[in-house]
Amino acid sequence: MNTMLKMDSPAAPAEAPTLGNGIKVVARDVNVYYGEKRALFDVSLDIPERSVTALIGPSGCGKSTFLRCLNRMNDTIPIARVTGRIEIDGRDIHDPDLDVVQLRANVGMVFQKPNPFPKSIYENVAYGPRIHGFANSKADLDGVVESSLRRAGLFEEVKDRLADSGTGLSGGQQQRLCIARAIAVSPEIILMDEPCSALDPIATAKIEELMDELRQNYTIIIVTHSMQQAARVSQQTAFFHLGILVEDGPTQEIFTNPTDKRTQDYITGRFG
Amino acid sequence: MGVVYFTGLALLVLIGFFFGRARALAVGHTENLHSRPGYHGGFVVISVLLPVLALFALGVPFAQYVTENQALQAYDPAALDDAFKRSAVLRDIIALANGQFSGQPTEALRRAADTYASLHAWTSYLLLTGGLVFGLLGIAYGLRKLSARFRARNSVERFVKGLLFAAACVAVLTTIGIVASVLLETIRFFERVSPIDFLFGLHWSPQTAIRADQEGSSGSFGIVPLVTGTLLITFIAMFIAGPIGLFAAIYMAEYATPRFRAFAKPLLEILAGIPTVVLGFFAALTLAPLIRSLGETLGLNVASESALAAGIVMGMMIIPFVSSLSDDIINAVPQSLRDGSYGMGATKSETIKKVVLPAAFGGIVSALMLAMSRAVGETMIVVMAAGLAGNLTFNPFEAVTTFTVQIKTILVGDQEFDSAKTLSAFALGFVLFFFTLTLNVIALQVVKRYREQYD
Amino acid sequence: MTDAVLPELRASSFASDDAKARIRARYRSETRFRFYGLLAIGLTAMFLVVVLADILIRGLPAFTQHWLRLEVTVNAAEIDPKGTRDPAEIRQGDFQLLIRDALRAQFPEVTDRRGRRSLDGILSSAAADGLRKRVVADPSLVGQTLDVPLLLSDDIDLYFKGIGTRIERHPGRGILTSNGTTGDVVLHSSSNDFAPYLDAIKRALSVRARDIRREADRLRAIVSKLEARKAELDRASKIGTLSGGEYPALVSDIESLGQNIKTLDADAAALQARFDAVGSDEKLDETVPSQLVAINGGLVKITQLGNSTATGTVLLPLQSTADAAGGTWQVVSYLTPEAGRRVNDREVGWLERLKEKGLVERAFNWAFFTSGDSREPELAGIRGALVGSALTLLVTLVLCLPIGIAAAIYLEEFAPKNRLTELIEVNINNLAAVPSIVFGLLGLAVFLNFMGLPRSAPLVGGLVLALLVLPTIIIASRAALKAVPPSIKEAALGVGASHQQAIFHHVLPLAMPGVMTGTIIGMAHALGETAPLLMIGMVAFIVEPASGITDAATVLPVQIYLWSDLPEIAFQAKTAAAIIVLLVFLFVMNGTAIYLRKRFERRW
Repeated sequence: MNTMLKMDSPAAPAEAPTLGNGIKVVARDVNVYYGEKRALFDVSLDIPERSVTALIGPSGCGKSTFLRCLNRMNDTIPIARVTGRIEIDGRDIHDPDLDVVQLRANVGMVFQKPNPFPKSIYENVAYGPRIHGFANSKADLDGVVESSLRRAGLFEEVKDRLADSGTGLSGGQQQRLCIARAIAVSPEIILMDEPCSALDPIATAKIEELMDELRQNYTIIIVTHSMQQAARVSQQTAFFHLGILVEDGPTQEIFTNPTDKRTQDYITGRFG
Repeated sequence: MGVVYFTGLALLVLIGFFFGRARALAVGHTENLHSRPGYHGGFVVISVLLPVLALFALGVPFAQYVTENQALQAYDPAALDDAFKRSAVLRDIIALANGQFSGQPTEALRRAADTYASLHAWTSYLLLTGGLVFGLLGIAYGLRKLSARFRARNSVERFVKGLLFAAACVAVLTTIGIVASVLLETIRFFERVSPIDFLFGLHWSPQTAIRADQEGSSGSFGIVPLVTGTLLITFIAMFIAGPIGLFAAIYMAEYATPRFRAFAKPLLEILAGIPTVVLGFFAALTLAPLIRSLGETLGLNVASESALAAGIVMGMMIIPFVSSLSDDIINAVPQSLRDGSYGMGATKSETIKKVVLPAAFGGIVSALMLAMSRAVGETMIVVMAAGLAGNLTFNPFEAVTTFTVQIKTILVGDQEFDSAKTLSAFALGFVLFFFTLTLNVIALQVVKRYREQYD
Repeated sequence: MTDAVLPELRASSFASDDAKARIRARYRSETRFRFYGLLAIGLTAMFLVVVLADILIRGLPAFTQHWLRLEVTVNAAEIDPKGTRDPAEIRQGDFQLLIRDALRAQFPEVTDRRGRRSLDGILSSAAADGLRKRVVADPSLVGQTLDVPLLLSDDIDLYFKGIGTRIERHPGRGILTSNGTTGDVVLHSSSNDFAPYLDAIKRALSVRARDIRREADRLRAIVSKLEARKAELDRASKIGTLSGGEYPALVSDIESLGQNIKTLDADAAALQARFDAVGSDEKLDETVPSQLVAINGGLVKITQLGNSTATGTVLLPLQSTADAAGGTWQVVSYLTPEAGRRVNDREVGWLERLKEKGLVERAFNWAFFTSGDSREPELAGIRGALVGSALTLLVTLVLCLPIGIAAAIYLEEFAPKNRLTELIEVNINNLAAVPSIVFGLLGLAVFLNFMGLPRSAPLVGGLVLALLVLPTIIIASRAALKAVPPSIKEAALGVGASHQQAIFHHVLPLAMPGVMTGTIIGMAHALGETAPLLMIGMVAFIVEPASGITDAATVLPVQIYLWSDLPEIAFQAKTAAAIIVLLVFLFVMNGTAIYLRKRFERRW
């Protein structure tokens, strides 16, 4: 099994006792503040590896905020402040020894709106391996680009126009390109922030299919607005409301037998 | 004349306004007015203003033209055709008619001055009377039109809208004026000097002799030394302002904390607000001697009006320009692209170098083009710190001259009327205008397209 | 499957030393990049500080002026020989003579013509004006002795401000004796007090020798170029081509330059020889720094210098020939040689004496703000330029504020979306980037030559500047109008106002702060603009401030440009002072604009 984070510190607790069977991410008492405003309240959540975990809830409930904590994207917002403990494979991601650059290479991210760089398709995928210095030769790089595009299910569609601009693709293709771009640096976790909200139903179906395939190799955490989508793609679901993690558990259970009144109201469409 | 005319007009306007309003108020007692009384007054005012102003605008130049021609006819019909003589004689005639002539006037001049004075008086009276008549007719027309159902407001508003439109057209008129003035003089210049010699000549010395028999009377008008001089200084300036301005913009847009921005932004604005005459003073009196003495200690022969001093100061002048334009451009790059890059573990500088700058490339190039056009057209720094002689060189330690310096040198002070030298300044202005215009149009188009791309 | 590629690459990703080094390098490059950004801003800041400091240092001295306070007897015989006490008569009197006499009375020992003339030159040519005004106003003063402040000439003023030469004073260590109190004297020190000065002078000589040699080398380079050309012509003439008239000129140039080089070499050698002869006496002339000795209340200018003995001419008489103990006398060195100074050593003696007597005072230079331009630096002021700038800006404001607002309202609110509107918009944007000197050409061709408006007048200047800043004001006003939310307009329309009423009653007043901010910034731009005004002839030398918008006038930036071109050093300070005034105006205007923007900034 190589689910271990390949981090620079050999002292990283390989079999940390806090890790249960295949728990990839452990969050404990996570709080996020945007300036004066508190956006997350003491969120504690375990996320199993090699599965899809869906974060659902009405807009503004903090699910995206929580997602952005997992690869420290909140660092890029000057006024954001994060407290609490988040561990990936037993390592605290706020550990000063752990480099944010490595963290993000291990925790890839796909955004709400497809955001390919205004470069060629090839360059989009090759960007990550290049900056991290993974590929030593042109042949290596070609291999990485091809396999990433294949895994993202895009290679057959674009193999003849790798030199064309990534922004010229359709919305769904762009989003799959972004997934390929994220895969290219071989992350173990992929965060998806409402990846289908800007796509049409057919493109959405393709992405969902892709997620199902990807979960063989990756731990996927997806934020979604659509309860149907959560029900379709995820094995685990966590429901957020007003910055509080209300309930989490196997998707089946959450949708059929929620314990909390708010969850029930939400999934039955009383609010949201 | 003008003062009396406009005082009268003001009176007519006031009268018209009050009559119109009073009339409307009177009618308003009996019926419902469509428009407020003030608009009725306003309508009368407009019907006074339009004809009276039109009469003035057309009548005064016409009267002037007739008066001058008649006076010249009385003096010497030959003077009518010679533009140079014409203005000289007219000056004397007007001076004599106004009683400011010094010296003993000739009989012909006296006669001409009499003609001038009497015609001047006549046309003035005629215009004043005409204005009064037009004004009164205007009031009468306006008052006749007024009634309760009359849509005075709509008429007034149509007029106001016309005024607004006219104001917007001033910009177009300015452009037309610029093109016309430089183009006409340039055409006259090309009647004397061939465009081929002008564009490709390697020698610039516009000094034409006053008498035809003097040596070198033709002058030479090859602009190549001016082009190289202008480009040399511009490139020095861009060499400084490009990197510094761009890095400053990157820092301001990507790294600076709000507090640092609050300190650095005014700093750049102050620099941008310093008049170029001040920077020219600094270049000429402080920087140029400094560079000269520095060069001397290094054993270099530096001219006291070296291109380097002017170029450096000009570069400093356009730093704020480059940085504020680039800052805008960089800020217009969507955050999602940065997030995409950070999300893959890129550092900030990698994101800037590999994602943000390539995405902003077109915009930044056009910002540099705009800055360059500004440097090419800048006058005071080079007038004060660069040379006059058209040296054909690319050595930054030598003195070179530029388009703007030559335009200023030729046109300031006593000009020979209508000589090739004077006209050459307009030809230079023509080249300068169209060069900067082309740069600007291209750059603005690129910026616009760039903005639309990310909106 | 190609999947296998990925884990393989990963395995080598972060754990290896190689990878760690790469990450460190990436962070170093990050730091470096960030540093470049800071450096760029730092350089810009440094430049700004250097420019402002340079201007301040140069300009501040010009805000004060030195005056000489003298007792002047208003001699009735000179001023009012007929005894009429008629102000008109008195005005004609030669007051210049009175003050000259008063000054000469301070230095009875100056009797030679040259000396008297240079004594007269200490005072400004307008020094008597104040006295004349005073006596004309009050004729009863004739015959009395008055305490009068007299304006000093620009060079003297600069001397007292310490501009022009560096002065060093060092007290002597040994006992100094002088063999006389006037005329040529010999000074003898009991220790080698003069040795360091002798050294300094010899060093200066060697520097000059080096400069001369360098000049000779430069000429040699030219000669070798000419000789190459000559050789070329020689070859050509052998082949048979005619070399024309160039050849004789070439030969004579080579010859005369050769002569010059010989002279220069000889001079350099002579100077070098003097330098090499360590400790030998040196004759001091006007090309080396002046050395003066202050002893027993007098001042001696040294003409020949040895290690312990010096010969000199007395500038100010000594009180006695008594021995001066160490510390009671001093050597005063003027580091700029006399030849490069506007105040010679003799005058220096007088000035020091006047200063000792407490007759010299420094006062704020009000005249700088209240008088017009002048050819005499000590009399020149910026009043004419200030008035000209004010009139010009007035014309600009009156023209471009209404037109700018009207155009902005039209484009923002009424313009239909068509080709013409687009043309106007493109036009405005491009006009904002047209070089300012081109507007000057427009003014010259259209306003002066075509319309026949008067040259140099604020009217034309204002017109040109109005066209120049119009795009700025239109763009700013449009932004301000756009910032007013449409709901305001809709509310007005909803209660039955016409479109124009809604705009003029509601939208425009709300947009006004933004419009004013843009206008002030535009006016500040116009205030600093120079080039287009040069084109329309606002460069005339104008003493009297303009009284109307059609009079000839100049403006502050043009005055700065004109003064900066003048050779007198005193004008450099005046120029910098005028720049300070201009910058103060600009800062106030821009500060007001920023204040307005902050004060009325509204979050809708």
